[in-house]
Amino acid sequence: MRLKRSRFSQILAGILVNAIYEMKNYPIVTISTVISPLSLLAVVAFVSSGDLLGTAIAGGLIMIFFSSGIALQSDLSHLKNDFKLQDMIVSSPTSAKMYMAGMSLAEIIYSIPGIVILSVLAAVYIQPNLIQIAILTAVLFLMFALSIAIGFMLATLSSDVVQSYAFSRLLSLLFATLPPVYYPITLVPYPFNYLAYLSPTTYAAEIMHWTIGALELSSTHLIIDWAVLIGACVVIMFIAVKKSRWREV
Amino acid sequence: MGRLECINLTKVYEDHRTALDNVSFSVESKGIFGLIGRNGAGKTTLIRILATELEPTSGSAYIDGIDVFSQAGKLRERIAIVPQEARAVRWMTPKQTVFSYLLWRGYPYKEADRLADESLSKLGLVPYRDVLNSKLSGGTKRKVLIATVTASEAPIIFLDEPTMGLDPISRRELWDILRELGKSRFIFLTTHYLDEAEQLADKIGILKEGKLISVGNLSELRSSVRYQYSIKLSSKKEVPKTGDAEVTVSSSGYTQIMTNEKEAFRLARLFSEQGIKFSITPVTLDDIFFRLAGQKAGDETEA
Repeated sequence: MRLKRSRFSQILAGILVNAIYEMKNYPIVTISTVISPLSLLAVVAFVSSGDLLGTAIAGGLIMIFFSSGIALQSDLSHLKNDFKLQDMIVSSPTSAKMYMAGMSLAEIIYSIPGIVILSVLAAVYIQPNLIQIAILTAVLFLMFALSIAIGFMLATLSSDVVQSYAFSRLLSLLFATLPPVYYPITLVPYPFNYLAYLSPTTYAAEIMHWTIGALELSSTHLIIDWAVLIGACVVIMFIAVKKSRWREV
Repeated sequence: MGRLECINLTKVYEDHRTALDNVSFSVESKGIFGLIGRNGAGKTTLIRILATELEPTSGSAYIDGIDVFSQAGKLRERIAIVPQEARAVRWMTPKQTVFSYLLWRGYPYKEADRLADESLSKLGLVPYRDVLNSKLSGGTKRKVLIATVTASEAPIIFLDEPTMGLDPISRRELWDILRELGKSRFIFLTTHYLDEAEQLADKIGILKEGKLISVGNLSELRSSVRYQYSIKLSSKKEVPKTGDAEVTVSSSGYTQIMTNEKEAFRLARLFSEQGIKFSITPVTLDDIFFRLAGQKAGDETEA
């Protein structure tokens, strides 16, 4: 009798392997995912005597969502190169889309403790209304989609897990730690403020900082921010789909 | 009866290295097929192509009438693979490993749970069910991977070097499992252990430098070489004049005489009369491999 295959099962498998089982069997990993965004938030909040707390909370959320996607790169590479798991999955009825969907959702689930803490902080200190929540959610979704696309593309091209982890850390540093994500871009001196615009996270941070009232932006500037963010997301996703490999050639 | 057919399969990698060179063969897709060859002979390339992981440069392949390339999706419903150097994910337990693989194959949750327990039980892994893979021995980890793919309904299982690196006892335990599996599914395995292929495989293919140089069961392979008997003398002795035979002296000090049946028994009688210690056997897969692959007898312990 032909088995009716469940897509829900196929996505669940990725979530279990890439998040739940690791968190359940090694609880310590959960702590490290929380500490990284919170530590920078604490530094910025202390240095600014609490003035930039709201900005830093928004920055923490950006960092979590961006880093989650980028972590996909090293996780996929680890499972592919060290355990040959991807080879086993390619030679099975699972499609690349189902594999990716499960693995991507796993990254978000892995970050849930951090997201919950930052969301509670945001609810207490920023107190966003429904429209602000919708805008923040849209920006974070775009941020995640963008980083997932980058992560998937790099993972399928990578054959070395050490290189993947190093690259993952480098991308997080370049795109989530260094740019004005935890603090407003107005604090970045010339000419570095122009360099900051090389990172898509800067545009996301500007929209979020404007949304919570921590930054003033003209309508034109805001439109450009959205356009760049959406454009970068579409372009990188397109490249990821075109360049990434499921069956090798 | 289904068949596995390869027609002029060629794979040239981007670095211009030819891994497979016009490989053609056809075998029944039942029992155990063993592919042997030295490291770099092209075994892994061939198994990866057949398991739909890698595209060939040219040629075609069919398994049970399904085109491996144009119908890869359909074939993936029927195959499962344990790749070379695959390892059980260390932060998971055997139960979680088998269960998640079944979910990936699309089994409903409860069915996957039941089949995972059943498979672990069949392979004697129940005592390790909830132990982290990182704490298991090498042999048990390998059994976990075998349990993973065989828990599925896949009637065709690819195993790339399934016993590599295992101790002799673990290898034999795994052989028993594979023999049992071969009764109900088609197992395509690669190995560079000749004794493994000889013990397990119903049919054997020999790859050398990307070319398939012979395919058949052991007796067919025996008949493909010139001599069917091997006499080994434990020390360097003056070998009497032989008829149709080939004499080699290995670097480890023993003399091997490969010859036909009549000459083998004549020499055996002669050695007995002279009190010379010797052994006489039909040629083994080692002998066949070394002859066909052009190796000197006794100079290599593995192919």
